[in-house]
Amino acid sequence: MALKSGSKKVSSDKTNTGTWKVKAGLAQMLKGGVIMDVVTSEQAKIAEDAGACAVMALERVPSDIRKDGGVARMSDPSMIAGIIDAVTIPVMAKARIGHFVEAQILEEMGVDYIDESEVLTPADENNHINKHNFKVPFVCGCRDLGEALRRIGEGAAMIRTKGEAGTGNVVEAVRHARSVLGEVKRIQTMDATELMSLARDLKAPYELIRGIHDNGKLPVVNFSAGGIASPADAALMMQIGVEGVFVGSGIFKSENPDVMAKAIVKATTHYNDPEMLVEISKGLGSSMPGLDVRTMPEDQKMAQRGW
Amino acid sequence: MLELCQRIKKWHREVGENLHIGVLALQGDYAEHINMLQSNNADVSEIRLPSQLDDVDGLIIPGGESTTIVQLIDIYDFRTKLVEMASEGFPIWGTCAGMIVMARELTDHRPAPLNLMNIKVSRNAFGRQIDSFEEDLTIKGIEGKFPAVFIRAPIVVENDSSVDILCSIDKPSGPVAVQQGKLLATSFHPELTNDSRMHEYFLSIVKM
Repeated sequence: MALKSGSKKVSSDKTNTGTWKVKAGLAQMLKGGVIMDVVTSEQAKIAEDAGACAVMALERVPSDIRKDGGVARMSDPSMIAGIIDAVTIPVMAKARIGHFVEAQILEEMGVDYIDESEVLTPADENNHINKHNFKVPFVCGCRDLGEALRRIGEGAAMIRTKGEAGTGNVVEAVRHARSVLGEVKRIQTMDATELMSLARDLKAPYELIRGIHDNGKLPVVNFSAGGIASPADAALMMQIGVEGVFVGSGIFKSENPDVMAKAIVKATTHYNDPEMLVEISKGLGSSMPGLDVRTMPEDQKMAQRGW
Repeated sequence: MLELCQRIKKWHREVGENLHIGVLALQGDYAEHINMLQSNNADVSEIRLPSQLDDVDGLIIPGGESTTIVQLIDIYDFRTKLVEMASEGFPIWGTCAGMIVMARELTDHRPAPLNLMNIKVSRNAFGRQIDSFEEDLTIKGIEGKFPAVFIRAPIVVENDSSVDILCSIDKPSGPVAVQQGKLLATSFHPELTNDSRMHEYFLSIVKM
């Protein structure tokens, strides 16, 4: 059955759609995979052929957004529709933080996942989108557990640590993943009596903290993003404990995008096998040029957008 | 060699050892299958290379992205081995993407499935993610209703008489749970529920 883009294609009469289970469930299907930023349908096909588990359709990759400056908005729907038509894997697209109308447009088009993303210029500095109002699932960025749980509280069905997009520098991705996963471990060792004051300190919903204490894990899938530029970077994030990776500029700003894409997919599967990683890392050409995050002015850091 | 392995495994089962199930861990929700199997007293191994298949009594191909999984199956040379093992009666269960991987043929031009079961499968048969849904199903061999989760799910559009249809649904209509000998395929994701009856059903197939 061909899927038409540009309109909400409902090919069945199923009523029990858009449930939490199917929203969080799609993220579970993406686990152990690589989600790649693509700006054209040709790139989308290269990503699909390389084994990407989903693509993120956008007009400019983060390193170009960084270079160009100005206001970065949702991509042109016709460009996103072209990518939806080009591939059969899930297609994600970005809406600005708090811009629920951009999200309505993306949902109407049949995008499979919306990234409420700090890579675009925020539309609301106080409020993120109320994601419970949508049938399409959302992924949101975070730097620490409090931020992750606020987004989940608003209805995010998947979380990604922010890292620092468009830098090709994995250091912030590591910092944010260690922060989130470290907090999850700490909560498990805490006495249940201490959880309310922790909720106060993290500015996070008590019920979600209670859930982590009882279940020993986040309630949704957690990927890593922002700065992954080599197979070793992807394997590093997987060994630290994330469940998959987003690679933005790291693929199509590298010397051999097709080769790099395949290698990062393989490294995300065999992340725990150094012998395999040796072979995977050979002869890839150069990664994207990187930026030193320490010398970057605070106002140029995308990760500090959103709260 | 393969036959010897099978004989040793059968003997292990006869002396009452736990079943040892492999879960293909190339991409997808393999962790959920592993948890479900472990809570049903099976020993479980993550399978990332074909040689690891020699030690297990059965295999689950999890949900995930079928193009990604097939890509990695071919990169790491699983294809020939899985085809050979399936033809010799090795039990395999595919959920969602796993059903696509096991099909003879797809309505799509990609990916190239392994042709383990005599089924033709349509990918994303219910639409895009906003059309993903939940429905309680009646499944042959399972008492009462089963809570099924369909996520960008496939459906069987053709099958021959060697295939036993365990469950069909309407609109679009077609089989969503099928069995052919020791091969089992479901469009939905029992591993995302708290109901382990489909996993128990697969373990009973492995034990046969």
